[in-house]
Amino acid sequence: MTNKARRSLHEPAVISTAQLAQFFAGLSESGYRIIGPTVRDDVIILDEIAGPTDLPVGWTDRQDAAAYHLERMPNSALFGYVVGPQSWKKYLYPPRLELWQAARNKRAFELKQKQPEPPKLAFVGVRPCELAAIEILDRVLTGGEFSDEYYRRQRENTFIIAVNCTEPGGTCFCASMGTGPRARHGYDIVLTEVVDDSGHRLLVDTGSEAGLSAMSKLTAERASNEIQSRADELLSRAAGRMGRSLDTADLRELLYRNIENVYWDRVGKRCLTCANCTLVCPTCFCFATEDTTDLEAHRARRERRWDSCFTMDFSYIHGGSVRPSAKSRYRQWLTHKLAAWHDQFGSSGCVGCGRCITWCPVGIDITEEVCAIREHDPAQATVTEESNI
Amino acid sequence: MSMQTLKPYLAEHPFLQGMAERHIELLVGCASNVRFDEGQYIFREGDEANEFYFIRHGKLALEVFRPHKGGIVVQTLKAGDVVGWSWLIPPYFRHFDCRAVELTRAIVLDGTCMREKCNEDYQLGYEIMKRFAHVMEDELLALRLQLLDIYGGTT
Amino acid sequence: MAGLPEKDLVDTGGISGMIAPRPFVIRRIERDTADTFTLRLKSGSDRNGLHFEPGQFNMLYVFGVGEVPLSISGDPAKPQFLVHTTRVVGPVTGALHRLKTGDMVGIRGPFGKGWPVDEAEGNDIVVIAGGIGLAPLRPALYHLLAHRKKYGRIVLLYGARTPADILYRRELEKWRARFDLEVEVTVDRGDESWWGNVGVVTTLVPRSPFDPLNAVALICGPEVMMRFAVMALRKKGMNIDDIYVSMERNMKCGVGLCGHCQFGPKFVCKNGPVFSYETLKNLFNKREI
Repeated sequence: MTNKARRSLHEPAVISTAQLAQFFAGLSESGYRIIGPTVRDDVIILDEIAGPTDLPVGWTDRQDAAAYHLERMPNSALFGYVVGPQSWKKYLYPPRLELWQAARNKRAFELKQKQPEPPKLAFVGVRPCELAAIEILDRVLTGGEFSDEYYRRQRENTFIIAVNCTEPGGTCFCASMGTGPRARHGYDIVLTEVVDDSGHRLLVDTGSEAGLSAMSKLTAERASNEIQSRADELLSRAAGRMGRSLDTADLRELLYRNIENVYWDRVGKRCLTCANCTLVCPTCFCFATEDTTDLEAHRARRERRWDSCFTMDFSYIHGGSVRPSAKSRYRQWLTHKLAAWHDQFGSSGCVGCGRCITWCPVGIDITEEVCAIREHDPAQATVTEESNI
Repeated sequence: MSMQTLKPYLAEHPFLQGMAERHIELLVGCASNVRFDEGQYIFREGDEANEFYFIRHGKLALEVFRPHKGGIVVQTLKAGDVVGWSWLIPPYFRHFDCRAVELTRAIVLDGTCMREKCNEDYQLGYEIMKRFAHVMEDELLALRLQLLDIYGGTT
Repeated sequence: MAGLPEKDLVDTGGISGMIAPRPFVIRRIERDTADTFTLRLKSGSDRNGLHFEPGQFNMLYVFGVGEVPLSISGDPAKPQFLVHTTRVVGPVTGALHRLKTGDMVGIRGPFGKGWPVDEAEGNDIVVIAGGIGLAPLRPALYHLLAHRKKYGRIVLLYGARTPADILYRRELEKWRARFDLEVEVTVDRGDESWWGNVGVVTTLVPRSPFDPLNAVALICGPEVMMRFAVMALRKKGMNIDDIYVSMERNMKCGVGLCGHCQFGPKFVCKNGPVFSYETLKNLFNKREI
């Protein structure tokens, strides 16, 4: 995405929910499957939707550490909630993907690879933190010497309708991570939903040629200064109302110098190593490969599936796991996400979406853990003692 | 070989690197030249320990005898190594057998003579103790590593 | 299936031999010690074999069983023969052990960064190997000996558990006979037949004839042994940026995508397996990294 795309490619427009339905229909006609948030089993998940009415209309989510529930809102906003347990990684980087098949032929075997062509997908309601997560995955999976071809092809086949966050959630801290609540780039179009006395309006900015071309099929009204300043106001208010915050100053160095901090023992005692945090994380990318054979051992296949650094097998080398303790696995996850990621991919691996806090069954809070390490940092303690003298 | 000709050999032995000349002189007074043929035992477990050796070339093995198993080599020592510290620690007895694995030439130092000199000259005593502490540390380290049986694998 | 056509091997990643294994046929099997064996393989599809750098590794696939990372232990100047030495430690190495001459295995690779044999030119080289750690160092030794004039003194210090566990014994004996290579072998536990050194491999370092200020050290063995070898080399006066170690982690994809082999900020599969000790010094002695 170029810098140019940071600004709207055309004048901001305003559309109604009915026009959004038209917009979806237009995408469908161009062969896109529309994927968006929808309510299922009391949770907002991501799935194929037919139109705006399948969105969680009038629902909001209340989130806290190890807590999530849906509530009715007094209005019929389409996007009055934040992020659910699933992220777009589910589509861009499928939980399971076949890599190849092999057939035995006497003492030899022959390999065949048939990988599905990634479908054309239109993502609806991608939040700014999630755009940041996709940008991170772009760098991780396609930015190096070797790239993930399925991911690359799926990305090329994806149209992104982002939504700015006017109502941050209880575990959100995108403002700390510099990823939200306003989307800056990485979308084809971005919506800001404004529901007030003047009605239910969607402010639209475009971020790409594809977005522009899709928008040109609508006869959208030009956005007034009034709605633009209303949206600005909502977004700057949202930035100040994050449920969580994370002090990122010196964070990489803080974590590197505290690898042996005794505080890790405490969080290690609470962590169940269930791997929930890695599965809900929109940037966790580790995978395992699984080889299977039929019962006659004539056919074999290799699949890759999401894996987690919280499992015992993850670091297994002959003789045992490199990280047998919960403490070391939690430390690996957090230190990788917030420190090593900078060395590997040039940014933090955390976007501040808060999923790992909400979906941790024992309510371990990444922002609290960083605070605790900061408080227990021996280097800082020395400085304070000295400055007190 | 006369005593004075031993001096350059002692002075260049790694064990005595950096030692003051007057201390080397004192050592020369307790030193003499020895050779051991292949298979020859230098000392035996339980012997009085009144010597230590600077190996000039060749190879010595420290052994423990086990019935039905023969002499089990626990450590080999060669040029540049120093052999024996039991002369330093009362009651001055050997804990291992020491055998020449091949033709070995060494400089032997008389332990009784050395103990006397160290008692008279504490600075010399400190220098010698410091160097043996170093050897002991190396050997203790190696022994602990040996105990770990690191190549054995854990499967 | 030696003539398997290349076109059947479609590569998921579009990177030849990186995602989908390529067919290799076992030409010879040598039982080196009671629990180690060496496979000599030939490519089923490529006459030129597999070009590699000393210290790189491959992923070996046994049909229907799975895949395992193994360092390459053959001669980099003879890429037409792919050589791997391993020990039976799990299901895949167990299955490899049961294969016969003529059987096929899948190969992905070569992966990773190897020993700095070119950067080390002009220096003394001290190679320290423990146990099966000699296998990934053998290609480096072949290279050093093939370009003997480019290096100063070359020293190989090798430690094994017992005399029966000594790997590549005949080759070590041949090398010992050379005047331009210093070979010292030691065992942790001797027996009646053993007339060589007894003691851990690190005890060979202090008396080893190399110039610590103009030497490059290449170390491979169990992690504990490598840590102690580094200490012994530093005690002798070597700079830590002249010391290289080969790390072992759970390599799966080989290309830095699956995340399994992370060691702090490093992916062992693509940033290693050979690292300058300098780059690892803050992690090497930490537990459960």
